[in-house]
Amino acid sequence: MTNALSRLLETRDWIMADGATGTNLFAMGLEAGEPPELWNVDYPDRIRALHQGFVDAGSDLILTNSFGGTRYRLKLHNHQDRAFELNRCAAELAREIADKANRPVIVAGSVGPTGEIFEPVGTLSIADAIIAFEEQIKGLMEGGADVIWAETISSEEEITAIAQACANLDAPLCATLSFDTAGRTMMGVTSTGYAGLQQSLPSLPVAFGANCGTGAPDLLRTVLGLTETSPDAVIIAKSNAGIPKYVDGVIEYDGTPELMAEYARLARDAGARIIGGCCGTKPEHLVAMRAAMETHVPIARPALEKIRSRIGDFSSQDDGTGDQSAAPKRERRGRRRA
Amino acid sequence: MADEEDDIILSALSDDELVLQMHDDLYDGLKDEITEGVNILLERGWTPYDVLTKALVEGMRIVGIDFRDGILFVPEVLLAANAMKAGMFILRPLLAETGAPKQGKMVIGTVKGDIHDIGKNLVGMMMEGAGFDVVDLGINNPVENYLEAIEKEDADILGMSALLTTTMPYMKVVIDEMTAKGIRENYVVLVGGAPLNEEFGKAIGADAYCRDAAVAVETAKEFMEHRKHNQTA
Repeated sequence: MTNALSRLLETRDWIMADGATGTNLFAMGLEAGEPPELWNVDYPDRIRALHQGFVDAGSDLILTNSFGGTRYRLKLHNHQDRAFELNRCAAELAREIADKANRPVIVAGSVGPTGEIFEPVGTLSIADAIIAFEEQIKGLMEGGADVIWAETISSEEEITAIAQACANLDAPLCATLSFDTAGRTMMGVTSTGYAGLQQSLPSLPVAFGANCGTGAPDLLRTVLGLTETSPDAVIIAKSNAGIPKYVDGVIEYDGTPELMAEYARLARDAGARIIGGCCGTKPEHLVAMRAAMETHVPIARPALEKIRSRIGDFSSQDDGTGDQSAAPKRERRGRRRA
Repeated sequence: MADEEDDIILSALSDDELVLQMHDDLYDGLKDEITEGVNILLERGWTPYDVLTKALVEGMRIVGIDFRDGILFVPEVLLAANAMKAGMFILRPLLAETGAPKQGKMVIGTVKGDIHDIGKNLVGMMMEGAGFDVVDLGINNPVENYLEAIEKEDADILGMSALLTTTMPYMKVVIDEMTAKGIRENYVVLVGGAPLNEEFGKAIGADAYCRDAAVAVETAKEFMEHRKHNQTA
């Protein structure tokens, strides 16, 4: 089955994704705590401007403003019954801007976590999650999304539920996890573990990878794990523009356009084919990244030391994939349950 | 080390062995076994306070260390905390009856504009696991909620959480208001959340930034020792 993204990938070595949705909307006046998805209906011009800024900066793929668009997230603002409508509007706005561009621009329907913890540890069942994701994905596809783009996911159950919803609706899937806890996701998934897991998802992703997390060095280390395990897959790298710093009462991400350009080159060397930015990434970062990728001829996979010397140190000692035998073993007294 | 097939009879274990077994059962998140273990120790004449500190708090301390070191992750810690809660359900009324010493009281909540609560809940559970009383204000708290709760609850510690770079500056609003009211020094203020760092904690005037739930517990204990020391000095 082909789709707009897989067709574009046939003609291009790399594709540039977009930058931050949340942090850029805050810069446009979104109040903390206000659900960004409401702006799809209340301030559509601001969402158009966000997308246009990315397309003008060179993005080949833009994400819809629908990250918190499941009924579970919207419920916190008492808008759970608007899930379909808000997602459809999100996709329509991105579609409109993509279709006006003078080159192919892919509309990727953003799907973020529910914020709930899955059974048996938490309360959300896979079946209920699938229903909620189907509702969101139906809205996104009806609004004109080319692919569904799951991002910042941390649990195996949640990515499986999203993939099942995509399979049920025949919607192509891209899926990135956030590896922010000592190289793993919050729920303990490693990069190599994810590369294995994605093969058995109910909908095989067109592309998969990593987004957000703790800065570009860590994200590239994760990408190395993904491309090593799945050398033939299309891997996505979407790093934050540095880390947030508190300066004069305001939070700023400290990554410069130059740093993000270097990150983009290293991401190409590491084998990523869809490269963009997450939190803190503005159009000016994307302009620098695009220029870097257009002139860069990929060279050997970067060693960790090279990543460290070019764009900064890692936040944790390793990525949690290696031999864990160095970790202290708890002396077990035996278990009473098989 | 026992064979994995062996079925351990908790009531057949000596006190020392049972306590060690309960540490393992907490680690494995076995709720029914923790309930049973707590009841056995109480029947053997243990004080509720000893059951709390030697069996549950010590067990959760080990869970906390392995969480901090990246050996356990959120799902395992949540299961352990659920098992601990089952034990606390039995102990809480008994602790109140017997006037057992208290570790301290914490008011915790996610700041205004922020609706994320997984990290905050983890901290709350681990603090309870360490024997603290925890009053959870939930998400999206304006400054008044915090000020009202710390006074009403006679709290020792105020914990604030934020997941968004746009909401974390609100922590400073709360701390500034405490300073303006002249009550800042009456409380230990701990802050945490994914985008925070130590530099930020210092810049806004918090007592400490806590990287994760395990660090929050260790930090809270240290500050409580200082407080007790200062109060008796």
